Amino acid sequence: MRGATRTRWAACAVAVALAATACGGGGDDSGGSGADGIVSSSWGDPQNPLEPANTNEVQGGKVLDMVFRGLIRYDPKTGEAQNMLAESIDSSDAQNFTIKLKDGWTFSNGEKVTAKSFVDAWNYGAALKNNQKNAYFFQYIEGYDKVHPESGSASAESLSGLKVVDDLTFTAKLSQKFSLWPDTLGYSAFVPLPKAFYDDHDAWLSKPIGNGPYTIESYAKGSSMNLRKWDDYPGDDKAKNGGVDLKVFTDNNTAYTSLTSGNLDLVDDVPASQLRNVEQDLGDRYINTPAGIIQTLSFPFYDKEWDTDNARKVRQGLSMAINRKQITDQIFQKTRTPASDWTSPVLGEDGGFKEGLCGKECTYNKAEAKKLIDEGGGIPGGQLKISYNADTGSHKEWVDAVCNSINNVMGNNQACVGGAVGTFADFRNQVSTQKMTGPWRAGWQMDYPLIQNFLQPLYYTNAPSNDGKWTNQDFDDLVDKANAETDKAKAITTFQDAEKVLVEQMPSIPLWYQNGSAGYSERVSNVELNPFSVPVYTEITVN
Amino acid sequence: MGRYVARRLLQMLPVIIGTTFLVFALVTAMGGDPVQNLYGERPVPEGIRAALTAQYHLDDPLPIRYGYYLAGLVQGDFGTSLSGSRPISEMIADAWPETLRIAGIAFAFEMVIGVAAGVMAGMRRGKFLDNLVLLSTLTVIAIPIFVLGQVSQIFLGVKAGIFPVSGTNEGFYSYLLPGLVLGSVSLAYIARLARASVAENLRMDYVRTAKAKGLSPSRITGIHVLRNSLIPVVTYLGADLGSLMGGAIVTERIFNIPGVGYNLFKAIQIEDGPALVGFVTLLVVVYVVMALVVDLLYAVLDPRIRYA
Repeated sequence: MRGATRTRWAACAVAVALAATACGGGGDDSGGSGADGIVSSSWGDPQNPLEPANTNEVQGGKVLDMVFRGLIRYDPKTGEAQNMLAESIDSSDAQNFTIKLKDGWTFSNGEKVTAKSFVDAWNYGAALKNNQKNAYFFQYIEGYDKVHPESGSASAESLSGLKVVDDLTFTAKLSQKFSLWPDTLGYSAFVPLPKAFYDDHDAWLSKPIGNGPYTIESYAKGSSMNLRKWDDYPGDDKAKNGGVDLKVFTDNNTAYTSLTSGNLDLVDDVPASQLRNVEQDLGDRYINTPAGIIQTLSFPFYDKEWDTDNARKVRQGLSMAINRKQITDQIFQKTRTPASDWTSPVLGEDGGFKEGLCGKECTYNKAEAKKLIDEGGGIPGGQLKISYNADTGSHKEWVDAVCNSINNVMGNNQACVGGAVGTFADFRNQVSTQKMTGPWRAGWQMDYPLIQNFLQPLYYTNAPSNDGKWTNQDFDDLVDKANAETDKAKAITTFQDAEKVLVEQMPSIPLWYQNGSAGYSERVSNVELNPFSVPVYTEITVN
Repeated sequence: MGRYVARRLLQMLPVIIGTTFLVFALVTAMGGDPVQNLYGERPVPEGIRAALTAQYHLDDPLPIRYGYYLAGLVQGDFGTSLSGSRPISEMIADAWPETLRIAGIAFAFEMVIGVAAGVMAGMRRGKFLDNLVLLSTLTVIAIPIFVLGQVSQIFLGVKAGIFPVSGTNEGFYSYLLPGLVLGSVSLAYIARLARASVAENLRMDYVRTAKAKGLSPSRITGIHVLRNSLIPVVTYLGADLGSLMGGAIVTERIFNIPGVGYNLFKAIQIEDGPALVGFVTLLVVVYVVMALVVDLLYAVLDPRIRYA
């Protein structure tokens, strides 16, 4: 293909200088990736080495999802947790779990996957000395505070709650009751690791070995990774293509241009500036589906003015003063969906998502909004300043729109203004050191598709991501109760009861659910995004 | 000559130390929290924060941190990038060859075409060719490089399919369009510089003398005029080669070439201080060395210039 274009180039070389476009001549330049059955896909450089317990962002997560399989796998369509390597995960008290593995699984280097492969990997991930960013995933296992203390050095080498029973069985004891714990095990931090990971760590990092449907053929750090189908993969979700070539792009516009020219098969981040062209360029080869991300406005409860019953009314009023639909349609071109609860549609009805749970408190209502804000004594300090970071994510546009909406309701052009903070780092620093005096934009991306993950880390007293330091006994009690509930359906309704406390107290205002977007070339089909907005690579077929 | 070179090399030391210190101080002054950056919106566990802070000496005062950096640098250790924990020397080793390929193409393009166009225009001042060169170079200079890059990418890459759109998987051919785009602006400057210089030298007394002596016109232009006219051009080319080898943030980004500029951009984006300082240090060294090479070339071109 390229040969043909090159001769044309030679013939046109002179003409190019005069009229560049004259040399097109119906260039059918599809599929620049070359080899048969290989999908080429855009990628970002992973921020961390590709250790499973150290990868906390989506780009590294993509690779782990192809190269590893854990005990549980979330169904790419429904997000439901299903057994993968686990034969069963049983518990009678929601605290002591017995995990049995399926026989017949191996790593791609032939090593058998045993109970020890899991226990050693989890101990590695939890140990303070290994600096693993996802160590907090192991926090529910007994002994975590010994291997990963808040401060000081570790007083134990391994998690006391994990015990290998035999080759295919191990037990886990948690430090508290947590009935939905097995459902968290689908996260990549919980995958098993082969001996090679510990024996020659550097070699493993330059070419990770796992037990998933793909193996890594080559990895050029910073620019590309070629993955190939593992023919002997024992699972039933074998790759339906020959492999995937991931190519790093620093500019998602370039990636998009490469896609439209046929040099790339799949882009999983369509730039905002191209949203207007996407229908024309891609037609039905554009995907825009909800992701497990919710955007909210959080409030500082360490500030006395916001921690009163009057302020509660003001927060509810503010929530009703925001015209979510108009903003998601006009500013975001429908790549966000107005939020009506504090979770995400990817959980599904069975998983705890409940459309409209927030009710009228999250519905635009000009008159009621003004009434509530006035009843609460007006906005504390007289003016609402919504903080955001100005360097990434183009938050200014929507913050201004939200303020506009509030100002309209209040009939005052200065009722709400945006407060830009120069860099994300500075912004996060102000949030985490409790320097805020008004609301700030907050986003939460789920770790695993569980309602618990949208509530407990954010609103439980002193939870790690409870940046506003909100505290409410009713909420905490309901979360504890839900965690102790052995029946899954009951646990979820109890979590929803806890969520109803949020409607009354409005510790944060839900804004919208973020969507994941992707576009693909005519060369491939069957492209879908999983609940984490990562393409389901194994299902992609090459035409 | 040898002593001059030795002296110049020694002079480089304070320059390199001074500039790297400035860059280091500026990156530090950007503030922010590099550890938090690695975690996005999530809280950083205290234990890990302490470990990373100790590893990168984030708590020490600036001079001490710079001291650690310099000590590593002397041993050829550029440090480790915050993101991905890669040795920066390894990143440079991967990125530089990419940049050198585009720089080579750009340099050859601007030197050959630029000098030729400039000399021809200078010889035929006021004629059609001269006007054509003036007009076309003015156009190229007036267009910002990101426009030039994206327009040529869309028309020559996407629409016409003549060039690869992005990436480096088609060998030399992948680097051709980025190289031409990168070289085009300098080409315009070189053509204008060469034209002015040739036109000026043609009016010099020595040219009249040579003509009076009955030298052939080709010898007059080929040896006397050209040699004298090239001095400003060589200065410009030298400085330009320095900046070309330092990578092109815009061009490399548009064409997705994982070179020095691309890595610089990435480092700025995620506030990866160590990587940023490492790459800029490389740029400083390249510039300083190129400046020396240019100065030495003067003596070759103009025998009146002597170094001692």
